[in-house]
Amino acid sequence: MTATDDDRRTDHGSPAVAELPDFESPEAVSLETEEGRRLASQLVDEKTKHARKLLEVRDLSTQFYTKDGIVHAVDGVSFELDYGETLGLVGESGCGKSVTALSLTRLVPDPPGKIVSGEIIFDGVNVMKLSNEEMRLLRGKRIGFIFQDPMTSLNPTLTIGFQIAESARLHLGLSQRAADDRAAELLAKVGIPRARDRMKDYPHQFSGGMRQRVMIAIALACDPMLLLADEPTTALDVTIQAQILELIRSLSEEFGTAVILITHDLGIAAGMCHRVNVMYAGQIVETGLVDDLFDNPRMPYAWGLLDSLPRLDEQRGARLRTIEGMPPDLLHTGGECRFSPRCPYVRDVCRSAEPELSPREEELHSARCFGTEPGGWIQ
Amino acid sequence: MTQQMQPRAVERTLGENLVEAENIKVHFPITAGIFQRTVGRVRAVDDVTFEIRKGETLGLVGESGCGKSTTGRALIRLRELTEGTVRFDGVDLFSLKSDALRRMRRRMQIIFQDPYSSLNPRMTVGSIISEPIETHKLASGKAKLERVKELLSLVGLNPRYTNRYPHEFSGGQRQRIGVARALAVEPEFIVCDEPISALDVSIQAQVLNLLVELRAQFGLTYLFIAHDLSVVRHISDRVGVMYLGKLVELGPPTAIYETPAHPYTRALLSAVPIPDPKSERRRKRVILTGDVPSPANPPSGCRFHTRCWLYEKLGRPENCRTEDPELRTVQPDHRAACHYAEDAMQSDVGVAHLGAEPIKRKAFGTGAVPEPVVATSAVSSTSPRGTDAEPAG
Repeated sequence: MTATDDDRRTDHGSPAVAELPDFESPEAVSLETEEGRRLASQLVDEKTKHARKLLEVRDLSTQFYTKDGIVHAVDGVSFELDYGETLGLVGESGCGKSVTALSLTRLVPDPPGKIVSGEIIFDGVNVMKLSNEEMRLLRGKRIGFIFQDPMTSLNPTLTIGFQIAESARLHLGLSQRAADDRAAELLAKVGIPRARDRMKDYPHQFSGGMRQRVMIAIALACDPMLLLADEPTTALDVTIQAQILELIRSLSEEFGTAVILITHDLGIAAGMCHRVNVMYAGQIVETGLVDDLFDNPRMPYAWGLLDSLPRLDEQRGARLRTIEGMPPDLLHTGGECRFSPRCPYVRDVCRSAEPELSPREEELHSARCFGTEPGGWIQ
Repeated sequence: MTQQMQPRAVERTLGENLVEAENIKVHFPITAGIFQRTVGRVRAVDDVTFEIRKGETLGLVGESGCGKSTTGRALIRLRELTEGTVRFDGVDLFSLKSDALRRMRRRMQIIFQDPYSSLNPRMTVGSIISEPIETHKLASGKAKLERVKELLSLVGLNPRYTNRYPHEFSGGQRQRIGVARALAVEPEFIVCDEPISALDVSIQAQVLNLLVELRAQFGLTYLFIAHDLSVVRHISDRVGVMYLGKLVELGPPTAIYETPAHPYTRALLSAVPIPDPKSERRRKRVILTGDVPSPANPPSGCRFHTRCWLYEKLGRPENCRTEDPELRTVQPDHRAACHYAEDAMQSDVGVAHLGAEPIKRKAFGTGAVPEPVVATSAVSSTSPRGTDAEPAG
């Protein structure tokens, strides 16, 4: 962790962060000396830089053109992400959470899919305007991926070591040898015993949990600023899931990596995320700090979803509360609240107009619901 | 035929044993070479003994490969035993032949995990559900059709859909078809093998509620197999925990979830995410290291000792490595297979803090009042029941 470490830091474009004192220890900077003042001004620079968002998504819409018509998979999604923040993207299958993640890196298969509108600003760069070559750099180097199924996302014909070293070689320009060192170091970091030896192994020689660790090592190989984790533990058992989540959490803290965690499991979102976006039928229907959202959901869908879960720490009840019906198909949308056919609180206004994502009492908390707007009928 | 569906007079009185599994073993051969020589055995279920009482729901939890599904299938003789006996209502299930076995099979059914592969795509819903009725000669002609319709409405589907095919239904609806098929022969005992894990969160609760309702209505006995501990806690009267082919703990939910006596149960519980951010921050987790060992070559002594936090904490006692602990009673109606179960019970690892001010949220759906001014006719603000009965797409 010496030469490569420094390389990676300068890759972020930040001026030699390693030399700066920690933010947590301002007493280390003395304003009496020339040197101290210089350091202090650099510190301020660092902070203003980080006052900018890592990611800004505005009005993103992605559609799929099928023989049945146009599927509005992602429909006007806007959100922001801070440096180092963990954001949850929560929803049921088909709500558009994975397509949102694919759109962020322009990986939507085209055809049949297409990003039809929207702006994606990643670390000050407009992603929509990048060339394919620049896009490739962004994907491997600045944004790391972890997918649901580690078996299909690893190449079965290449060794684990090669697959980890590959991105370090391509994106960081390391020699084969330095890249191998880095791969071994990463493999040890994600908790694989005898990392050096196991680099020669192939994916089938690893268990599901170990393969997911390898995926994490690959994702982190270039020290990305953002980690996109799409249902990273859905294919795993609960004790292995706990290991992997703990690993993602500790590594994101250690490297200051921001994480977008896509999951259908509200329990995982509760334990991992700072902020959560709840998606339904291609839209963000509620967003807020994790505590606010779980304590006081302001969109009946999020509320119903939370209430329909049996919980370990609750008294055993006879009947679970349910959301009746099924999610709508995404061929015909618009003109009404998309949750209105299933909502017990529905009123005429919900069927005649589509609510906007509008702020609620708490800071950063917004919901898409007429009933919980100020003066609404849902208390 | 409608009187067939009258609720049986079985109140949910627990007591008599309906199913008894005694020292059951199910081993699968591992073969190699062109002659398929047996080179080893996967001990999927290895010496498991338990009973299921009439009218109770026994939950069976464990990670993939622990043998819970194989156990469930062995109980209804969908798998042959390597050793041991299974008695159903006092009769040795594996001694029965042809007709006697078929008659017995009518009393036990199974609901599968995957509603996509467990229904034949070439058969209509009507023929899927009527097939077991024909096999057991319970009804024919018009009566059979009536019965199918009755079953469909019983599981919350529209009885008109007998001529539709499985692909026209969503996952939740297909699972309802699977439930209807299981109920067609009026069984007493149903093995529910991960019945809701393939479904979306908001649909899971619907199917779970259906299973609870049917249980009450027909006095059914369930073996409920799942990996989701919160779901099992919700539905079960007793819970069994399996690890690597062994039953390691068995007891009522209060015992299993509040004073677990096996270190594995505690680790499992601590790994379950709770949908409450404050609770999540407060919990004491044990992260198990490593993976589950191979059931073809299980560790000596206690099978969990290679990953056991208590074994480490107690300074690696020798008997954990050498002696296979028996499932023994640690409290009335609470059994655990651990040499140091008493120590495990003293720990506070893994237990979700009950009553430690869980989230106070108003119940979803409360306070939904009809719209004050009713301009359009019959617009109700209550939930649109029955929308689930519409086919998908």
